[in-house]
Amino acid sequence: MAGLSPQIALRLAVLCVGVVVLQVAAVSQVVIFGTSADLTPLVVAAVGLMCGSISGAIFGFCVGFLFDAALVQTMGLTSFVCIVAGYGAGRLRELRDPQSVVVPMIVGAVATAITTFGYGLLNFMLGIDAPVSFLLLRVIVATIVFNAIIAIPVFALVRRWLGPALPEDPRRRRRRAYTTGGLSPLSRA
Amino acid sequence: MYDKTVRRRRAVLGLLVVSSLILLTAYFREPTGGALHNVQRGILTVVSPIQDGASKALKPVRDLFGWVGDTVTAKGDLKDARSERDKFRSEAIASEAAVRQNAKLRGLLNLDRIPNDLSPYRPVTARVVTRSPTLWFAKITISKGSGDGIRVGQPVIAADGDGSDDAGLIGKVDSVVGSSAVVRLITDSSIAVAATTADGSVSGTVKPSPGNPRDLIMDGVAQKVVVQRGDFVVTAGTVSRRNDLPSVYPPDLPIGRITRVEDAGSLDQVPHLKPFVDPRRIEYVQVLTRRVNDNR
Repeated sequence: MAGLSPQIALRLAVLCVGVVVLQVAAVSQVVIFGTSADLTPLVVAAVGLMCGSISGAIFGFCVGFLFDAALVQTMGLTSFVCIVAGYGAGRLRELRDPQSVVVPMIVGAVATAITTFGYGLLNFMLGIDAPVSFLLLRVIVATIVFNAIIAIPVFALVRRWLGPALPEDPRRRRRRAYTTGGLSPLSRA
Repeated sequence: MYDKTVRRRRAVLGLLVVSSLILLTAYFREPTGGALHNVQRGILTVVSPIQDGASKALKPVRDLFGWVGDTVTAKGDLKDARSERDKFRSEAIASEAAVRQNAKLRGLLNLDRIPNDLSPYRPVTARVVTRSPTLWFAKITISKGSGDGIRVGQPVIAADGDGSDDAGLIGKVDSVVGSSAVVRLITDSSIAVAATTADGSVSGTVKPSPGNPRDLIMDGVAQKVVVQRGDFVVTAGTVSRRNDLPSVYPPDLPIGRITRVEDAGSLDQVPHLKPFVDPRRIEYVQVLTRRVNDNR
């Protein structure tokens, strides 16, 4: 958060509008096996993983706000669940910094589960009279599976978009320096 | 330094959570014309042209993915369609004689034919721009708004797929801005439609089925009425002397077909119907912008 430059803030703002428009205008209209992908938790989690917990939470709030406004839904619902997803992914990076290739897939699936179940729970608590059924559960599970499948390319695209503005990862810098012969511990010795 | 970072992180998180809870509570408690609803309409006004453009631009991509899903679904539908075709073919032959007889009797009684076309209702065709990805809110956004004569409460019909045939009622206009409108679908739990079977023998109120948004139920069907599986259900277009009671839907708009009857013949019999239009596949809709003869 401290290192959030104007360039990355601008890129995050464009990403926020872009993902909401893409989700509501295209992705949610593509139904495959009775469900459609939900890009919002994936992108929020990706931002959390790349930029940290606070950036992830703020980005989640903004995406949720715009999403509820664009779909004329109860304002604040999506924001709340996206804050949790973004903050959680950011904390995972800050505490564990996982590097495995399957991390996007797992984080994407967990973020989707948090947002979909959290959204449902909040709806129950607000007393919104919506159908609750095996079908709903099936759709939720199918969305989680679908999102887990597309998580890796989505995370890669977000990384590609934010990458030029992100401060360079110290570990990657060290590795690159080592391979180019700059900061090898052996050469220093 | 560490404490300061942790404190700031917690403060920002708390602020965001409290903001969204305040937003949620305020939105939930305020009336439709409240400040947050107005903000939402303002954002919708700004965002809807972008969404409309994006929807048009991304249509080929949607169609490509849709083609895969449709191919899988079509294989299943083909078998059902063939058996239905055989059934309807035999029924059509029987109906032809009835139609001839009907026309003859109408001629004898000098009755006017009820027009089938919807032109008196001034239909406005619009494209579906967005739809909610969740089952919680059954709403879609369409590409026409108040500038095209669309008002809150007007009925909306659609055809499955490309809009060519089998039009059916899908809902009513929920909110409108200049260039777009939000349609609340009949699969939403807050909607009820006065309906009758095509032959007028069964009447009731069509509502979403609790537990399955792709299934509708016909509530309030009398005990003695025999409900047949396969009957077509259309809007009743009821009228009333009280101004607040007439149906907003014109009569004879197709809704769906009865698939089964729960507790048939009992006091609590509940016919279930499958809507003619799958709300998740709608491309175009028609908004009926004019009430005709109080929808009698």
